[in-house]
Order: sequence, then C-alpha cells, then structure tokens
Amino acid sequence: MKSNNLRKQLAIPYAIFLIFFVVLPLLVVIYYGFTNGDGEPSFDNFIRFFKNGKTIGTLVYSIAIAVLTTFFCLLLAYPVALIIAKGAYDKHTKFLMIFVLPMWINFTLRVTALKEILTFIEGNLAYHQFFNTILCMVYDFLPFMIMPIYNSLTKLDNGLIEAASDLGANKIQVFFKVILPLSIPGIVSGITMVFLPSMTNYVVLDMIYNSTYIMGSLIGSYFSAYDWHNGSVISIILLMIILGVTVISNKFTESDSKTQMAR
Amino acid sequence: MSDTLIEFKNVKKVFDDTVVVEDFNLEVKKGEFVTLLGPSGCGKTTMLRILGGFELPTSGSIMMNGEDISMLPPNKRPVNTVFQKYALFPHLNVYDNVAFGLKLKKISKKEQDEKVKKALELVDLEGFEKRAIDTLSGGQQQRIAIARAIVNEPDVLLLDESLSALDYKMRKEMQVELKNMHKKLGITFIFVTHDQEEALTMSDKIVVMADGEIQQIGTPEEIYNEPKNLFVADFIGESNIFKGTMTGYHKARFCGTEFDCVDDYEKDMVIDAVIRPEDIVITEESKGQIKGEVLSCDFKGTFYIVVVQAGKNEIEIHSLNNYEIGTKVGMCIEPDNIHIIPYDSSINHYEGKIVAPQLEDKLHVEFEDFEVDIEPSLILSGAVMSDYELKDAEGNVLDLTDRVVEASFIPSDADLTDQAEEGLIQGNIFSFIYVDDHYRYTVRSKSEEDYVVNDEDLWNQEDYVGVIIPADKISYKLLEENADEE
Repeated sequence: MKSNNLRKQLAIPYAIFLIFFVVLPLLVVIYYGFTNGDGEPSFDNFIRFFKNGKTIGTLVYSIAIAVLTTFFCLLLAYPVALIIAKGAYDKHTKFLMIFVLPMWINFTLRVTALKEILTFIEGNLAYHQFFNTILCMVYDFLPFMIMPIYNSLTKLDNGLIEAASDLGANKIQVFFKVILPLSIPGIVSGITMVFLPSMTNYVVLDMIYNSTYIMGSLIGSYFSAYDWHNGSVISIILLMIILGVTVISNKFTESDSKTQMAR
Repeated sequence: MSDTLIEFKNVKKVFDDTVVVEDFNLEVKKGEFVTLLGPSGCGKTTMLRILGGFELPTSGSIMMNGEDISMLPPNKRPVNTVFQKYALFPHLNVYDNVAFGLKLKKISKKEQDEKVKKALELVDLEGFEKRAIDTLSGGQQQRIAIARAIVNEPDVLLLDESLSALDYKMRKEMQVELKNMHKKLGITFIFVTHDQEEALTMSDKIVVMADGEIQQIGTPEEIYNEPKNLFVADFIGESNIFKGTMTGYHKARFCGTEFDCVDDYEKDMVIDAVIRPEDIVITEESKGQIKGEVLSCDFKGTFYIVVVQAGKNEIEIHSLNNYEIGTKVGMCIEPDNIHIIPYDSSINHYEGKIVAPQLEDKLHVEFEDFEVDIEPSLILSGAVMSDYELKDAEGNVLDLTDRVVEASFIPSDADLTDQAEEGLIQGNIFSFIYVDDHYRYTVRSKSEEDYVVNDEDLWNQEDYVGVIIPADKISYKLLEENADEE
C-alpha cells in the first residue's frame, strides 16, 4: 500500500507538467479554433480554410512534401539499417554513429551547409525549389527513419533467418517472408517520426529561399499577425491528420502482429 | 558403401584463431539416430551448424549421397533443423509456420493442407492450425518446430539441444516420442545434447566429443561399458577410477588388491581401472576382495549410494540395501566389470628450443609457457658448459642453438597453487576427474597447452592456478635434429 501511494505521488510532477504544457494549451487552441473574433462559438474559421484555394493548395503542397520525404527516407534508410543491423560488420555501433552523428549538429547549421553545396552546384537555388526542399528534408530526417528500423532489425532473432533458409528460402525469399514483415513496427514508427514533422518544418523552406507556404509557415504567419483563430484552426487540422496517420499505422501494426498480441 | 548417407572428412573449423573442431571424421548411415554428445563448448553444435549449412568448414569436406555439400547454402541442402530455441516465426500462425517450406516448393494447396495435417498429427497437435505461436506452451512449440522440419521430408533431421528447454517430465516424454518418430519416419536423425542419459536412451550411435575432438564413437553400450579414455568414462555415467598396474596376463593390481580382468595389456603397464558404481557388490567383510568401512549411505529412490573408505580410496557403490555408517564391509568386482584404460603416457611432454648461450655455465631452453636453465649433462651425457661454450665429453665444441628439447614430468610430481605467479606455468583448470584419493586436473595455459597435475585439494573449473614442478622432477631429452621441423 505504502509503495503504491509513493508511486502515485511520483506521478504528480508529470501530471502538473501535462496539465500546463499539453492539456491547457490544447484547450486554448481548440477555444480559438471554434470561436470568432467576438468570442462567439462558430465554424467560420474552418469553412474559410476549406473554401480558400490558397490554403487548400498549401495543404496539398505540404502533404506532397511529407509523402515524398517519407518515401525517400524509407527508401534510403531501410537498406542502411539492414546493412548495419545484419551485415557482416563487427562494429555495428560505430557504423550507426556515422549516420546518427549529424543529429548532434544543429539542423539549421546542417541545412545551411547543404544550401552552400547546392548553391555551388546549381548556381541559383530558385530553379530547383521543390527538389531542394525534398533533398534538405530527407537529409534532415533520415536518422529518424534509420533508428527505429535499425532497432526493430537488431531485435529480430538471427535464428529466424537461419530457420527460413533452412526451410528452403533463398536470400530474397528470406527478406520478404521474414525480415520485412517482422520489421514493420520499426517502419511504422519511422514513418510517424518523419511524415508529421516534415509537413510543418517551414524553417528549412525559409533557409533555402523556397517561398511556397507549407502548413507550418501558414500557422507562423497567422500567429505573427496575432490572428489566433485562423492559426489555431490549422493546428487543429494538423492534429486531425496526425491522429489519422497514427490510427492507420496502428491498425497496420496491429493487424500484422495480431498473432503476437493474442496472448 | 551404399548405405552411407553422410561422410565427414577431416572437418576443421576455426573461429578467430580458435580451433573449435578439429579432425572430425564420421560416417552416418541412412536411417541412423546419431547423437553428438559432449560438454558445452566441445564443438558439437558447431558440427551440426556446419552440416546445416550455417557455418562453412575451414577445411575438410562433407559428403552427402556421394556429393560434396560443404559449400552449399542451407536452402540447397536436403537437411532440416529443429533449433534449440525453436525459431518459430512469430508473425505466422501454426499452419503457416509448418507450411513455410512447402509454400516455397510451390506444391498444390491441397497437397500442402494434407501434408501439414499429417505432420501435426505426427506431433499430436491436430487442430492447432489457426493458433498463434505465442499461445503455445514450450512443449507445443517444440512439437511445431519438429513438424515444420519433418513436413519437408528431409534426408536428415538435425536436432540442436532440442529438448534442453523442456522440464524434466516433458523431456522424458519427448525422448520416447522422438525415438518413435524416428522409427516411423525412417529418416536419419542427428541429435546434439550435453545430457548423457538422453544420448544413451535415444541413440543408435553416440559420438562423444570434448574440446573439439571426437573422443569415441560407438553404440550406447560400447560407450558405457568400454570407454576408450578417462574423459569418456567420467563423462558417461558415474565411475570409480583407480590407478594401478598390470601384474600379469589378465591380471591388474589396484586398491591394494590383485584382480582378474578381461582386458589384455602388457605386464607392468601403468593403467587406470574404471568400475561403475552398480558393478561393485557389497559382501561380508571376510568374503570381499577389498575391505572397507561405510562412510555414508544416501537414498536415491531406487537404490542407495554407499560410499566406502577402503585404505586411502573412496569407493562409490550403488546398492539396493541400506548400510549403517561405520559398518565394515567387503566388496567384490567381477572380472567382466573391470574396464582397463592404459595410462596415457603422452601427457605432459613439451617441446622447447635451446637459445643461443646467454649463461656462462647452463643452457637456456625456451618452451611455449616457461623457460628453464639446465645443466648440459641432462640432455647430453658428459657435456659441460663453461665460459659460454658447450663441449661434449671429448672436449669438442658444440652448437646446440635452435635444437629441440623435450621436457616431461609425471602428474604426481607437480602441485597446484593459487599463488599463480609462484608456479612455473600459469593456466586455468580445464577439467578434472577423481582418481583413487586425489583429483587429476588438466590445466590449460594461455597458449592452449595442457598440463596434467594430481592434487588432493578441490579446485573449480576455470580457477586460475600456478603449476609448481620441482626442478629435479622434470626430465629432459634432446630430440634428433630433424625433429624440429613441424
């Protein structure tokens, strides 16, 4: 009983933190999102967002960037994670370090460096804005995709790979029948870690002179003009997208590991 | 021979400079149940993995059905494995696990269903097709792992310590079931275990391994009744080991008594006599060949373990009767039940090299683990050394630099110390057996040389010890000049 009480008491600081920095701000955002300038409840802000071709365009552009960034991150990260986790290298952690090390450097610094390189190659950055954005985003978020996939692959028992090849599977069959399905939880958490931030990371666009708005820049511009209502609406829309992606990816992992979960 | 299925030829495996298996030669016949038996780290699992294709041999070859399969990947071998930890696929249900190999072979769905059903029937798990792997008990997972392997109808089924994760009762049941399955299927089973009882119960042929080498190959009866060396005698079942000598034709002396025996070795040969505890009969004191006093008597369910002190020897006996501590008893051993193993005279021989004169009056010899300064006369009669010059009996100057000297000592002349640096050699206790009234230890040095030492104290395996050998107890021999080419 005593230890139970103590445990409850230990949770108090976290509860306070959650109330002040998660729950209250969320309530404030929802309040502003569903009220008009006079403080009366209304859906006008939402209707305005979805009626405006420009804001819808921003949403589509953001999703396009997020989808492509996630796709290329996955394409690059999976082989890297597989090689580090299951390859014949002794020094796994050192090898992993090479890919994770850039995370130790501030990302604005990294993007600035990349910008200089791109300027040197392309001359004028304005000609390849979309390509440059995707490139910088992928560079920025790659470690966040490698880590979870690497983790799920290191947890994968080598015995299963041996068992599959013992039962007659060649290397490609082993990959598609055993390695890939068992690393899906890692892929899913990698996607959640890359997809959502890349929709809002407008600092990258600013730095490489891409003046197109994404969702993050839209919120920023509204808030800096003291338009709390429209800014909040976009935050709520983003929240819904986040929720949607999380639910879908959870479904994915669940249906895949249903056999595991049915204890 | 047509019924030979697998043939290992001089297989050797080296991992990072450590020799794990050496000189492995074995023939396995079609339909045989062969067990690789040995303590952990003896290389038995490595051999199984080499046969499964998960490791490649460093040298040597493996023939199956007359073809060399040494370099084939696992998926190209007509062999299936039941892994120690089962390695069932957690993302697939029982059916998909068992059908894994069949699906890759692209046979019809109907045939697949039939084969899976038959395999599940064989392991007594009918109707489990839809179950998730994690809902199964250890014993059931074990059976699924077996079903998943045999459904592919391999020529050989490999079982890697497959029963060791099960509890005692389940293990006993599975032993019987595996044996029945083997009879029913008629395919070759190769089983790896460290459990000697398991090996004796199930096998047609046992391969006893220790330290990467085969110690003995034989039927369970041969291995038990006729162990080739002390390791096998000690590892398989309980045994009393006595030091002794041959005293005549079919006569050996140990424990202070002369016994008739059936093994024939030269007179005066030093031997070890191995006697199983159940082969010693307790009689009245006056009728016994050996006499002694009961030290302890412990009940073991179907028999008592009686320990008798006879002179300085402690003798373990399995008896159906209970004896009071202190009872004076006699003991008899049938000639048939005395197993003689000639004492291995090759132990404790080491080769070293004479280095160029460093000392005024002695020869400096360097061995793998130690170096000594010896009088030249020890290896060449009449030779003397003075002023850095070696002269033979006639006074001719000799140069023995780089010549090989053999040093040897007998186990009872050496002692162990826990002040390792005080010993001539340092190493870890590698193994030990109880002989007469003392332990016989094998100390392994860093350079992987073995030193056999008798000691009365009990040390633990892996203990770091020093081996003390009095200088006058080591004998030296100068080897012929051509002997140093190895």
